[in-house]
Amino acid sequence: MPTWIQLVFLACGVCFILALKGLSGPKTARNGNLLGAGAAVVACAMPFFWTDLHLQHVPLILIAIAIGTVGGVYGARTVQMTQMPQMVALFNGVGGGAASLVALLELQQVVDAGGHDSWFNLAATAFTIAVGAVSFAGSVVTFAKLQDLMTSRPVVFPGLPILFGAALIGSLGLSVMLVDDPRIWVGITLGLLGLLVGVLLVLPVGGADVPIVISLLNAFTGLTVAAGGYVLSNVLLLVAGTLVGSSGTFLTLLMARAMGRSVPNILFGALKGGSTLGGGEASDRPVRSITPEDGAIMLAYADRVIIVPGYGLAVAQAQHTLRELVDVLGERGIEIDYAIHPVAGRMPGHMNVLLAEAQVPYEQLREMDQINGDFKDTDVVLVVGANDVVNPAAKTSPGAPIYGMPILNADEARQIIFMKRSMRPGFAGIENELLFEEKTSLLFGDAKDTMSKLLNAVKAL
Amino acid sequence: MTMDTGVVWLTIFVLSVFVGIEVISKVSSTLHTPLMSGANAIHGIILLGAIIVTGTTDNSLAVAVGLVAIVLAAVNMVGGFVVTDRMLQMFTRKKPAKSDESKVA
Repeated sequence: MPTWIQLVFLACGVCFILALKGLSGPKTARNGNLLGAGAAVVACAMPFFWTDLHLQHVPLILIAIAIGTVGGVYGARTVQMTQMPQMVALFNGVGGGAASLVALLELQQVVDAGGHDSWFNLAATAFTIAVGAVSFAGSVVTFAKLQDLMTSRPVVFPGLPILFGAALIGSLGLSVMLVDDPRIWVGITLGLLGLLVGVLLVLPVGGADVPIVISLLNAFTGLTVAAGGYVLSNVLLLVAGTLVGSSGTFLTLLMARAMGRSVPNILFGALKGGSTLGGGEASDRPVRSITPEDGAIMLAYADRVIIVPGYGLAVAQAQHTLRELVDVLGERGIEIDYAIHPVAGRMPGHMNVLLAEAQVPYEQLREMDQINGDFKDTDVVLVVGANDVVNPAAKTSPGAPIYGMPILNADEARQIIFMKRSMRPGFAGIENELLFEEKTSLLFGDAKDTMSKLLNAVKAL
Repeated sequence: MTMDTGVVWLTIFVLSVFVGIEVISKVSSTLHTPLMSGANAIHGIILLGAIIVTGTTDNSLAVAVGLVAIVLAAVNMVGGFVVTDRMLQMFTRKKPAKSDESKVA
């Protein structure tokens, strides 16, 4: 490899480090991302200027890049902000799949050359094939769960742990075989087994935990790319992949901590039969249902109001109407804030993105730690399309899947209005006791529709 | 004295692990989603590997598989950066949005 290309790769590696650094601060995030994008484009252009490589099939390669680019841009531009998490999962999955295929091709070249390679190189190849496939299949399942193509509840069937264990041991055995005697069919079987491991890994994960698994799979893909870089003797791939692998693992732990969950518990909790709650037996208990006009009176004559927005708000596209309502209430002199749970929406920070899209002023968004002490002096809490983040079961019911997750103390307020589409439980699939309390009122209906009725009723007062 | 090549690779790997953790250690929970998405785009750099592997083989089946890998990797890389930028746009639009409002008011 010419020295100048190696130096370009070094510069790109530095840019990736600076990109990650930039992405972790609000002011620098956008430039950080652009820097990373620029470095990636420059790096991928290098093979075309690297004459000793004698790159063949250039037109076909360019067409393939064009197809991928068009597909990626189209997906990224048209996706709804609410569906962002599954889009990231999908992008992550195809990256893992690509890494797996690259390693298979590299294996083919080793086999063609007579099958002699260092054992460490072959082990790295096996790792890339298997973990890339895990990441691909796992991401597809997370996509299906978030997109409601399948149930978001944990899927467990008898024998799943045994099958999972067998698939893992099988993968390990095939990897040893591959290192001992590289053959392409072993590599392909390893990839297929990796797909099975990926599916079995994600099936038992409950919907509320899926984002953490996406982050974990993201770290997996990073490590896969790093191992691929070693196999291809490409330092940039090694550095970039390792950066993503380590920062992704760390980010996964941060996210899990924000939700009060542990990663092993997320992955294997359902297998231990920990989450047995659910069932509809409580849903025909009496609740207090009110009209938008009643709700408007409660809000308009309060002194202190806190809004708890949730994913349902974004799905109904009611965030713009909500902002109008908050503006009108603010003009009446009511002190009003949004309480943002760290995992409101589908992922940490997701709700901030959704509300920023509706141009809600940043100062009105208060994080959980800042606002949790305010609830006891609050007249009305308006919960819009949220459920699990105010569910007291997280504090009181040790068997619940969300037990231990820090929640917003909405239950301490004097009155609570829930805007809900139905009595269906939240994403975690458990009943919310708060709905049945005396000080709780329910406003049933589509969030957008109900919100406009509420807004008009407040304006009419 | 020359270093063993394997050790050089291991050194780069270990140092990268620490750098990766260090650079994001102060991230606020608001930015978790964009950060994850941005990191996701960075591992799309496997596109570079896919291009090299595809361009250096003569086996037509291998070329076909390689082209599939290139499409997938390009989706990961390009889509990842574009979607991250879209998310971050939402954050930075705050300022002009506010000044617009004050003008209207």
